[in-house]
Amino acid sequence: MKKFTEEHEWVEVNGELATIGITSHAAQELGDMTFVELPDVGTEFAQGDVLSVVESVKAASDVYSPLSGTVRESNSKLEENPEIINASPEEDGWICKLSNFNPDELIPLMTEGEYADFIV
Amino acid sequence: MKKVPLDMIHTQAGARMAPFGGWKMPIQYNSGILEEHRHTREQVSIFDCSHMGQFRVRGRKAAQDLDNLFPRRASTQKNNSCRYNFLLTSHGTICDDLIIYRVSDDEFYIVVNAGTIDSDAEYIRSHLSPTTKLSDESRDTAKLDVQGPRSGDVIIKSGVPADKIPRYFNFIHHEICGVQCIVSRTGYTGELGFEIYFDATAAEKLWNYFTGQTEVKPAGLGARDTLRLEMGYPLYGHELNRDTTPVEAGFGSLLNLDHNFVGRDAQLVTPSKNLVAIQFTDRRAAREGAQILDNAGNHIGKVTSGSFSPSLGCAIAMGYVQNGLDKVGNTVEVSAGTKHITGRIVSVPFYKNGTCRQ
Repeated sequence: MKKFTEEHEWVEVNGELATIGITSHAAQELGDMTFVELPDVGTEFAQGDVLSVVESVKAASDVYSPLSGTVRESNSKLEENPEIINASPEEDGWICKLSNFNPDELIPLMTEGEYADFIV
Repeated sequence: MKKVPLDMIHTQAGARMAPFGGWKMPIQYNSGILEEHRHTREQVSIFDCSHMGQFRVRGRKAAQDLDNLFPRRASTQKNNSCRYNFLLTSHGTICDDLIIYRVSDDEFYIVVNAGTIDSDAEYIRSHLSPTTKLSDESRDTAKLDVQGPRSGDVIIKSGVPADKIPRYFNFIHHEICGVQCIVSRTGYTGELGFEIYFDATAAEKLWNYFTGQTEVKPAGLGARDTLRLEMGYPLYGHELNRDTTPVEAGFGSLLNLDHNFVGRDAQLVTPSKNLVAIQFTDRRAAREGAQILDNAGNHIGKVTSGSFSPSLGCAIAMGYVQNGLDKVGNTVEVSAGTKHITGRIVSVPFYKNGTCRQ
């Protein structure tokens, strides 16, 4: 199931891993990505912590962790090709995968439909 | 917020509009800043710069009056030449950077930044002889910049004979699509390019003509900014302002210090800071206001502009550092968010393959 935050992150849980990225809407608003700071594998984050920084030509934006958890994997392809986030923000442009998360933290996050209403 | 004549056209073309210098301006179109940047370096882009200001100064004493005000002489300009210049406070700091066009012996055309139109007009007027008149033509003038290595072909196709194409920093008067234009071989991208001035009522006609050419695509102020930064060109309000002098900004050698002009004394003293260009190893950019540190962690200056450089594939910045610490080759650290990034002071332009002088 995929959920969304008010800070324009998405999180999708598959078994023991929660994949995180920024939404299509956020990628569109930020414009061409030029740099992504990836979280180190093994780092623990609390829900709402700054997980990553994405930079476009015009600005740098923090990416907040939608869940508490431990980074299991970072999308290293984004280091040399941050534009993948623009091309495929909610699939190939994922930023990291967390383990050891608390599924209860997903409950208050928005569904796809709720997020679509939120960004109108 | 003021709107340019082409406001609707930009919106219909999918432009993202944002405030700039009190104007609602296109920042980028659908293809995005990186693609607009690349297209300008390889083909031709058209930028709507109708927010900028234009003054006409006329009178038998006009050249002399401008000489008394500006640090670079206008009186030694040949007719149909352009000269980059500065409007200075009495303390020698920069009110504006501008280009003076010499139309004839006693007529000049001055192109200024958008945010300073009214204050520039008032200030220049206050320094003119009674017989010298300044008319502010900004509101009735549209300006389109046609920039890129193939822009010469585009201008020739538009009806300007090849042998009339002006040399770098010169201009001609010519009709394009039946519209009388000033066409100058100037620009802010580092590429071969032209700045075209004409009556604002013809803006749509000329925009449609140029964007209808196969080589030409529209580009916004976002790409204009990354293009100028790669050339190390200063931007008023960032590198240049009322706290900096032309000497500090690196233009000392251009000034005609052998004549009297407003703000001259301040150009004769050793500057306390100097504008430098910094190239970083990685993609993460330093932003305006970021601190510049030396190897020992001492604060030595501040970033005035910073961005990812699309042509170089790394971050670049400009900023002021204390005089004496500005040597090309020096390593510096710059704060970026919670991190420090490492860069090296380099000579401008960052991007060496610009075609503007070809």
